[in-house]
Amino acid sequence: MSSVFSQYAWLVPAFPVAAFAILTALGRSLSRAGAVIATIASLASFILSLIIAIERIGQNAEDYVGGIDWLRTGAVNISAGYEVTNLTSLMLVVVTLVALLVNLYSFGYMAGDGRISVFYAYVALFTASMLGLVLADNLAILYICWELVGVCSFLLIGFWYQKPEARAAAKKAFIVTRVGDLGLLIAILLLFWYMPGHALDFASIHNVFDTQSGIVSMSITTLIALLIFVGAVGKSGQFPLHVWLPDAMEGPTPISALIHAATMVAAGVFLVVRTFDIFEASSAAMTVVAVIGAFTAIFAATIGLAQNDIKRILAYSTVSQLGYMMLALGVGSVSAAMFHLFTHAFFKALLFLGAGSVIHAIHTQDIREMGGLGRRMKVTAWTFGIGALALSGIPPFSGFWSKEAILTAALEGDHPWLFIVGVVTAFFTALYMARLFFLAFAGKPRGNAEQAAHAKESPAVMTIPMIVLAALAVVSGFVQTPFKDWLGEWLTGEASSHGASGLVLVASIAASLLGLYLGWLAFVRGTLRPDAVSSRLPWLSRLLERKYYIDELYQLVFAGGLRGLGRALAVFDEAVVDGAVRLTGYSVRALGRLNTKLQNGQIQTYGLAAILAAVILVLAIAGRRFW
Amino acid sequence: MSMLGSYLTLAAVLFCVGLFGVLTKRNAIIVLLSIELMLNAVNLNLVAFSKYGAQPSLAGQIFSLFSMTVAAAEAAVGIAVLIALYRRKATVNVDEYDELGR
Repeated sequence: MSSVFSQYAWLVPAFPVAAFAILTALGRSLSRAGAVIATIASLASFILSLIIAIERIGQNAEDYVGGIDWLRTGAVNISAGYEVTNLTSLMLVVVTLVALLVNLYSFGYMAGDGRISVFYAYVALFTASMLGLVLADNLAILYICWELVGVCSFLLIGFWYQKPEARAAAKKAFIVTRVGDLGLLIAILLLFWYMPGHALDFASIHNVFDTQSGIVSMSITTLIALLIFVGAVGKSGQFPLHVWLPDAMEGPTPISALIHAATMVAAGVFLVVRTFDIFEASSAAMTVVAVIGAFTAIFAATIGLAQNDIKRILAYSTVSQLGYMMLALGVGSVSAAMFHLFTHAFFKALLFLGAGSVIHAIHTQDIREMGGLGRRMKVTAWTFGIGALALSGIPPFSGFWSKEAILTAALEGDHPWLFIVGVVTAFFTALYMARLFFLAFAGKPRGNAEQAAHAKESPAVMTIPMIVLAALAVVSGFVQTPFKDWLGEWLTGEASSHGASGLVLVASIAASLLGLYLGWLAFVRGTLRPDAVSSRLPWLSRLLERKYYIDELYQLVFAGGLRGLGRALAVFDEAVVDGAVRLTGYSVRALGRLNTKLQNGQIQTYGLAAILAAVILVLAIAGRRFW
Repeated sequence: MSMLGSYLTLAAVLFCVGLFGVLTKRNAIIVLLSIELMLNAVNLNLVAFSKYGAQPSLAGQIFSLFSMTVAAAEAAVGIAVLIALYRRKATVNVDEYDELGR
C-alpha cells in the first residue's frame, strides 16, 4: 500500500535548510528571534516526520523513492533522491525529535550568548544534513550529507572558539573523522567501479549483494565492507578512531546531546545498517565489525570508570554504547542495533541535557566538585536518574530491553565470548553511572560556597525537554520486548525468532544490579573505599585515567611521525630544491664573473680565447672521425 | 719520399712560435714581428703545396710573392699605428692598450 505523506519527505530537511538560510541572511540582528525561527522549523520537521512514521505503522507500507536526475553522463546516472522506508522514517522521528528538544533546551542554556543566532543556524544546518543523510537513496548523496554533518560538528565543537581547547578539539574531531571518511570514499568509488551500471543507490546494492549472485567477487566485497566500516568507525567513534569524541565535549552541551550522543555518531551505525547486505555477504567483515564493536564497548566503559569530567564520562559511555550497536550488527542483528540506537538516542540525550543543566547551574564539569545536587535540583536529579537507570540496563527502562536484545543476538549467533564481553561491559556501565550519579547528586556539596549558592533548578525551557526525554527513556523500550518483537518486525519485515532467554535476562540484570550496588557501597555507604583499587593497583587506575595512553601514542606515532616527516621534507626542500635553484643562480653568476674577467680589453686575451675555441672545434671535428 | 711533411712541420713550428709571441709578448714591436712570423709560415705552406701538392703549378709561388708584398704594406701600416699609439700613451707595453674593455 502506498503512502501519501512519504512523497513529501523531502520537506523534512527543507524546513531546517530554510531556517539556516534565514538565520544566515539576517545574521545577528535576529538574536533571540532567530532561535524561535529555528525551533519552529524543527517543530515542523518533527510533525511531518511523525505523520510519515505513523502512516507507515501497522500497514505493510511500500518503500517510497523520489528525486531527480542529478548527474547524467553517458551510461552513468546519479540521482539526487530520497527514500522513505520504515528504517528511515524511524530515524527521521528520532533525529527531528531530539533536534526539537535540543532547540528548546538551548533557549535556556545558550541564553545570553551573543552569537545565539549563529548557534541556531549551525544547529539547523546540522539537522538538515543529518536528515538528508537519513533520507538519501544513494551513497553519493549520503556521502555529501555525511561530510556536511562532519563540518557542522566541527563548527559546533569549536563554537566557543575563544577557548584554545575548543579549537583543538574541533580540529581533532575533523581530522580524525576524516581518516574514516577517506575509507568510506574509497568504498564508494570501489562500489561505483564494480557495481553493474555504476549504480550507487541502496536498492541496487541490495539486489546485487543480497542474492549472493557473485557479480562482485568475494575479496572485493570484503574490502568494500571493511572500508565502509572504516567510515563508520570514524563517525561513530569506534576504536581506534574514538579519540575525537571525548574531546568533542568542549562544545556546548546541547550539541553534545544532539550530535555527539543521539544523531551524528549514530550515523556510522546507520550507514552499516543501510549497506548491511554487503556486510552479510562477507563473514570476515561481519567478524571484524563484531570484534571491534565488542572491544570498543568494554574498552571505553573501563575508561569511563576513571574519568572525573561529567561530560567525558558520558562521552566514553556513548563510545561504549555505539560499540554495543556495532556488536549487534556484527552478529547479524539489524533490529537489535537499530533498537539500541533508538533507545540510546533518548536516554543519552537526556543524560547530556541533565549534565548541561548541572553545568549551567554550578559552572563546573568536575564531579568531584559536585555532590548534594539532588536536593537543590530535583527535576534534573530525577530525570538524570531515569537516564542513568536506562543506560545501566535496569528493567523496565528502555536500555534494558535494547541491551537484552543485543546480548540475545550475540548468544544466539553463537558468539559466547562476545556475549560475555557484553555482560561485563554492562557491569562496568552500571558501575560508572552509579559513580557519576551518586557523586554528583548524593552526599554533601564538595564545591565552594559560591557554587553551592548557585545550585538551583534550571528554567522550565530546559527541564521540559528533559522530562519528555525521561518519559521516552522509560517507555521507548517497550516497542521491542522479548515477548513482542514489534520493532524488529516493522523494520526488517520478518518476525525474529528470539524469545525470552532466561540466561540473558538473569545475566544482564545481575551485572547491572551488581554494578549499581558496588557503586552505592563505594560512593554512598562508604563501606567500600572508592580508592581501594587505585591504592592497590596505582598503575591500573593511572592507565584508565590516561585513557590507555592512546592519545599519547597517537601524538607520538602520527603527530610526531608526521612532524618528523615534515621536518625531513623541509630539510630536503631547503637543501635539494632550494639548493638546486641557488646553484643555478650561483653558477650563472660565476660564469658571468668569469666572462667579465675575460673581457679585459687586451687583444691578446681575446686572441687566446679565439685560438682555444678554434683548437676545441678542430679537435671536436677531428674526434668525430673516431667516434 | 716527398719533402712535403718536413715543410709543413717547419711551417707549423714557425706558426706556433709566432702565435706564442703574439699571445705572450708585452712589447708591441715584438708582437708585430711575431705576426710577420705567422704570415711567413703561411707563405712557406703556399710554396710547399705549389711544389708537392696534388696539382703542382707556379700559381702558389706567385701568390706567395703577392702575399709578401701585402705583408710589407701591412707592416708599414702596423708600425705607423704603433708610432701613433706610442705618441699618445708613451709606452709600447700592450697590457696598457686596453681601451677595448673600458
